[in-house]
Amino acid sequence: MASEGESTGQAVPVGRRVFLAMAGLGAMGVIFGTKLQGALGAAIGTGLGGLLPGGNRFRIYTVTGSFPAILPADYRLSVSGLVNRPMTLTLDQLAAMPSVKLVKDFQCVTGWRVPQVHWEGVRLKDILDAAGVKGGAAAVEFDSYDGVDTESLTLSQASRPDVIVAYRMLGESISTPHGGPVRLYVAPMYGYKSLKWLSSVRLVENATPGFWEQNGYPVDAWVGNVNGRQDAPIS
Amino acid sequence: MAVRMRQFPEMNTSRLDPWLVRFDRVERFAHWMNALLFAILMLTALPLYFAQVEALVGRRLLIEEIHTWTGIFLPVPLLVSLAGSWGSGFRADVRRFNLWSKGELRWLRSFGRVSMIEMGKFNPGQKLNALFIGSSIVVMLGTGLILRWFNLFPLGWRTGATFVHDLLAFAIMVAVAGHVVQALMHKDALKSIFTGRISREWASAHAQKWLIEEKDRPELE
Repeated sequence: MASEGESTGQAVPVGRRVFLAMAGLGAMGVIFGTKLQGALGAAIGTGLGGLLPGGNRFRIYTVTGSFPAILPADYRLSVSGLVNRPMTLTLDQLAAMPSVKLVKDFQCVTGWRVPQVHWEGVRLKDILDAAGVKGGAAAVEFDSYDGVDTESLTLSQASRPDVIVAYRMLGESISTPHGGPVRLYVAPMYGYKSLKWLSSVRLVENATPGFWEQNGYPVDAWVGNVNGRQDAPIS
Repeated sequence: MAVRMRQFPEMNTSRLDPWLVRFDRVERFAHWMNALLFAILMLTALPLYFAQVEALVGRRLLIEEIHTWTGIFLPVPLLVSLAGSWGSGFRADVRRFNLWSKGELRWLRSFGRVSMIEMGKFNPGQKLNALFIGSSIVVMLGTGLILRWFNLFPLGWRTGATFVHDLLAFAIMVAVAGHVVQALMHKDALKSIFTGRISREWASAHAQKWLIEEKDRPELE
């Protein structure tokens, strides 16, 4: 191909330049993308940003074939296992309990983050106290209405004030894609801990790792601890 | 090449053959494997990105695994096609993608309005498409690996990798859509990626410099 270059006299290696430019921009984007994402996200927000890359957008996950459709009137939260008073709570009963509001980031383990999300619900600890945790209990298992997704926390993690059974987020009742009518929100941990379509809270001695943990995700999912993020677990 | 051509007894009439080889078997294999893998990647990307599609498809873990392993396999057909003696045609075209004349650069800067240059085998738009897709593979693979094996990387890099992967995915979708529209608008060129050949008539209208290259090939002397 030297002949082509010679025949034109001044061939330019555009291909090499395009490749180096894209690889360089890609690497810069990886290293400085967090800042760029922050600025872009603030500019685009969550409205149009719901579709565009760079916006502060949620990614909607479901591990089954669809989103479980649960009418608020039909919703039940079962509290069982090593408790003195097994319970089944309706949405009204949850709403009648002391509510707590949190404004905190939702951070996915793969990197995407939605800053300053408004959450409202009941402290998990209040529910555990109402049911009366028995002495032998050391962990809590959670089930989802989807029948597949599961999660777990140690009892001390579950008793934190920033771990809530949420029934409102983003300023409205929790939508079906976001895990409504009721989901878990574990503020100091990566998003997969915040189980959607929460159906059951079960006190156990030893917890079985949850769905994502069985597929390689860390069981202790502290945002500050697993890797990288330097800020305190409770933001 | 010269040795191989001597096997054909009617070599002199080949000068009059109305057809030129535009894409040999290896290049067609590379193109269609690449197209197939890109199609799987783009289709599986939709539920991973858009909540509306996730609602219909779901099965997050399965879709993630298909997407990830298709992405990891993506460079393999291209690398295999480029390596070895069978890849000489493909390698020659990659050199064509790389090297641009001043005229081609001018053509690109004017968005194709400067029409008074002789085109090579590929026009600057086609060359840019090939370069963009080829380079994208490297960037998408790199950022994709960070997202898949996140434990090895600081959280800031993962956020950055998500940002780059998403942004480039949008750009790739636009480029691929443009590529498909252009292909459908140019039926002769489109046929050549199926059959491998194109008429001398086409080349004299759209790829004059290439036609001269072909005429000058030593095996035809």
